[in-house]
Amino acid sequence: MAGRTDVSVRVPSPLRTLTGGKGELSARPGTLRALIEELNGTYPGLKARICEEDGSLRRFVNVFVNEEDIRFLQGLDTPIDAGGRVSILPAVAGG
Amino acid sequence: MSFVLGLRCRSCGHRTALAPVHVCPECFGPLGVEYDYTAMARSVRREDFASGPTSMWRYRALLPIGDETPVVDLGTGFTPLLRADNLAQALGLKHVYIKNDAVNPTYSFKDRVVGVAVSAAMEFGCRTIACASTGNLAASVAAHAAKAGLQSYVFIPADLEPAKVLNTAIYGTNLVAVNGSYDQVNRLCSEICDTFGWAFVNINLRPFYAEGSKTLAYETAEQLGWRAPDHVVSPIAGGSVLTKIAKGFGELRDLGLIPAGRTRVSGAQAAGCAPVSRAFLSGADHVSPVRANTIAKSLAIGNPADGDFALRTIRSSGGAAEMASDEEIIAGVQLLASTEGIFTETAGGVTVACARRLAAAGRIDPGETVVLYITGNGLKTPDVVASVVAPAREIEPTMEAFERTMAGAVA
Repeated sequence: MAGRTDVSVRVPSPLRTLTGGKGELSARPGTLRALIEELNGTYPGLKARICEEDGSLRRFVNVFVNEEDIRFLQGLDTPIDAGGRVSILPAVAGG
Repeated sequence: MSFVLGLRCRSCGHRTALAPVHVCPECFGPLGVEYDYTAMARSVRREDFASGPTSMWRYRALLPIGDETPVVDLGTGFTPLLRADNLAQALGLKHVYIKNDAVNPTYSFKDRVVGVAVSAAMEFGCRTIACASTGNLAASVAAHAAKAGLQSYVFIPADLEPAKVLNTAIYGTNLVAVNGSYDQVNRLCSEICDTFGWAFVNINLRPFYAEGSKTLAYETAEQLGWRAPDHVVSPIAGGSVLTKIAKGFGELRDLGLIPAGRTRVSGAQAAGCAPVSRAFLSGADHVSPVRANTIAKSLAIGNPADGDFALRTIRSSGGAAEMASDEEIIAGVQLLASTEGIFTETAGGVTVACARRLAAAGRIDPGETVVLYITGNGLKTPDVVASVVAPAREIEPTMEAFERTMAGAVA
């Protein structure tokens, strides 16, 4: 992770139709909210797939920052530093 | 899949073709299997079940498995439904039954859901099956993979009970112990599933997997003489079992196989991991995740995928939810063993302990016919009870030694 200036973002296969098939994206450090806006700029429609109209995360989307569920952090205001990892996953598996 | 129409999102209703996928392409919601209940009602009769095998496959017509598919069968299900009068008395109730799934091939109810998932996986041509597990699922997947001749990868938290690790490794699987909680294992497996394309029974095969739990309801009804109990108590881990037990009774009613009526469905969790029970007790609309910390490791899912569905099912059925401390859980294991001669693991202790709380709180009526779902075998979690059981009396092989110890016991 040393020397990385960006944030790596993992997107699940249902979203890869919007990213030209890419599962690993790159974004600038900052809040998760800002990161989603940035990715939406590059891949239009991405935000609508994971956020409601009021900007909150959709019910069935889980987001992890450095392997931690954002609901245990600051939600969409969670800051992500350079070298950080974001993982977007459907919330519907396990058990 | 004689009565299966396809997959349908349980949230937005979007329909999609049958495939090993679990996520709705429209809303990311959970996909479920959709059946042609009209055709089913026309052709399914009680007598058909009676002539079927004495296993879960008796109810094959109601499961998402094609007519021609050879099922991967370890002899799962049609487990004993035992009248538990001693336990009933201890709980202040009159009609208590235990559904004893501790006696399945890999010693937990998971054999039901894995039986369906692996049979479906073979229909789809998958060659590697996998799972994220708190222990029981691991053993079941490994055993079914062995029987089916498939490769398997099983992911568990590294601090899982040794008995469960052994019960899994013995079948010859690729066992991966992850340094983290079950929720972390689960998250990692979602990523692995996406990357490697393996058939994860509780991830991309979840719509099929989940249906296997309905057989708990079907068997209960048939064993009670084709009627549903008034009230059931189910443990809640991911929330799927409780939801599917309710669905099973509902289907039997809709198909006219049992009389109309209502079965109250109550949920049991450990206090150290009770996201659903807490939501119920606080009146919340949605389940919030927690960090699990309990001896009931099988139920240690802080982020239950079917949490909201379980919550809704409990409320709409007129049931309730409770939570039990670690001490109560151990006492629950002991109570079931000492009253009914059944040795269950900590998850079963949770169920008994919560049934006790529900009865004491008047949430279970003494006059109701109640079924407690005992989902796993005590030999899976022997360490938790090792310190509370009475030690053996050790004697020399002489009559004097025995008489001395008997005198000591009386005094």
